[in-house]
Amino acid sequence: MYAFLARRLLSTIPVLLVVAVLVFMMLRLTPGDPAAILAGDAANTEQIARIRTNLGLDRPILVQFGIWFGNLLQGDLGESFYYKTKVAALIGQRLEPTLSLATMTILIAVLVAVPLGVLAAWRFGGWFDRTLMGFSVLGFSIPVFVLAYILIWIVSLKLGWLPVQGYKRIADGVGPWLTHLALPSVTLSIIYIALIARVTRASVLETLGEDYIRTARAKGLPESSVLVRHALTNAAVPIATIIGIGIALLIGGVVVTESVYAIPGLGRLTVDAVLARDFPTIQGVILLFSFAYVAVNLLVDLSYVFFDPRIRY
Amino acid sequence: MPAPDTAKYEALSVESAAAVRQQSAWQRVKRNLSVRLGGTALAVLLLVALAAPFLGTVDPTLFDAASRDLLPGKSGEITTLEGETVKHTFLMGSDSFGRDIYSRVVYGTRVSLFVGVSTALLALAFGILLGLASGYLRWLDGPLMRVMDGVMAIPAILIAIALVAMWRGSLLTVVVAIAIPEIPRVTRLVRSLVLTIREEPYVEAAISLGTPTLKIMFGHILPNTIAPLLVQGTFICAAGILTEAILSFLGVGLPPDIPTWGNVMAEGRAQFNEYPHNIFFPGIFLAVTVLSVNILGDGLRDTLDPKMAKRV
Repeated sequence: MYAFLARRLLSTIPVLLVVAVLVFMMLRLTPGDPAAILAGDAANTEQIARIRTNLGLDRPILVQFGIWFGNLLQGDLGESFYYKTKVAALIGQRLEPTLSLATMTILIAVLVAVPLGVLAAWRFGGWFDRTLMGFSVLGFSIPVFVLAYILIWIVSLKLGWLPVQGYKRIADGVGPWLTHLALPSVTLSIIYIALIARVTRASVLETLGEDYIRTARAKGLPESSVLVRHALTNAAVPIATIIGIGIALLIGGVVVTESVYAIPGLGRLTVDAVLARDFPTIQGVILLFSFAYVAVNLLVDLSYVFFDPRIRY
Repeated sequence: MPAPDTAKYEALSVESAAAVRQQSAWQRVKRNLSVRLGGTALAVLLLVALAAPFLGTVDPTLFDAASRDLLPGKSGEITTLEGETVKHTFLMGSDSFGRDIYSRVVYGTRVSLFVGVSTALLALAFGILLGLASGYLRWLDGPLMRVMDGVMAIPAILIAIALVAMWRGSLLTVVVAIAIPEIPRVTRLVRSLVLTIREEPYVEAAISLGTPTLKIMFGHILPNTIAPLLVQGTFICAAGILTEAILSFLGVGLPPDIPTWGNVMAEGRAQFNEYPHNIFFPGIFLAVTVLSVNILGDGLRDTLDPKMAKRV
């Protein structure tokens, strides 16, 4: 188990290294002077020269990468030219809204999608199954910002039930925090529900055909126990996998959702940084999101051992 | 005892069975409800895109200060580039510059379909090349797949946003930026197909006959990857259309003067409370288009690639 843990941890290192190289290269592949790009559109010659020497841009590219990567390992993501602060500090300030939104979204998605998927598999081919599959294609297709505006229009503008936009810190009270988070997380969870429900259905459908299900039914277990204890538990590995892979979708959705609902989180920071062409911040956010994606999928892999004791690696 | 029905047995001969199977792949596709539904919807959208100038539209870049913020169906006037002022009915209303939203949405169909199809083609082209190379040239496999793993670890939309930000938005940069994060998925698919197919007897036979590697790759292996790639291509097309709209909506995509659904929605944001139709009309077009492509893809997957259909 510990050997597996160590091996799996080590296997993330090459991926993260490639990500770091790619993020580093992104700027170098751009036509033009990286120092001028990094300094932003408003910088003067002196600022550009200072950045050039600071980053060693006049030195060979490998040395440049070494300097950049060395700083990165010390948690130094550089300085945002737009906000005039350290990128790491900037990210720290914006972490809470995004973490709240992402956690809430995953919670809603799993709690809704897994039961729906199990039910659809249980009544495979029936009206519920067909309806759910229809809605899941729709869920994949409806753009998250269009859905966001439809929900704002109905729930906030017409019915007046929830605030239209904004974010309240959890420190300011759980009530306002929840009401401000409700609409964005429901919006964001729709595509995730579509994805997880589909995979849950397919996966449970497969286990329902196994011999042990027939045995469980034959010995007179209640159907709910057959579905949850026997079918769902054995179908858990693909479901956990898709939750992990879906994090990439979630991150993309966060960028859009935060923008529509005016939530001052990392997604909003990304868009603002891009609009201001604030490259140190863009690089920092991409690195952080990719790191989170890799970390979540590491946790998912580790969860296999828990769901399926046969897996020992 | 009735005489045996010879026609029935003839149909079971080896040759005719092969012929039936050959035919049925395409016929299954044609008979599939999803394929028909999605295909028809896309054909209509393509027609709208091609016939945009003849559908009661005006030049989508025209604006008239006298026709600002009109509600859908209201009449107003619009000044053409020649300085002529003509009467025009704003079927979907007008935006805060006095531009006709209907015309912008109809012309936006062109951009969306173009971006969707070209990102799919571009991602497929590079994915096929890299996948063939990785599946066939073993020394290249390890390093190439590690790079692909790295690209896949970065959320697609972030790659697209960052690249467009650096290159500045134009039709070409947007298509390339959206296609790049899709390449690893195609590469992986092609690679896994190649690894399976290269063990087939006919490939072994070709190798032992001394067929050049390039000819084996493109002549023997590639044709057998077409069905799953077609399926993958439709899903990339749908993702491409969505991503372009997201980029434009966030203000980091195509320049605002190009009529795209994302741009129309971006302009409608500020006035959403009073004029929600600015966002809803292009939003409906976008959702219907992506839905059609996805339905078509689902149908193709069910009929062409039963193994994949079972997985998800």
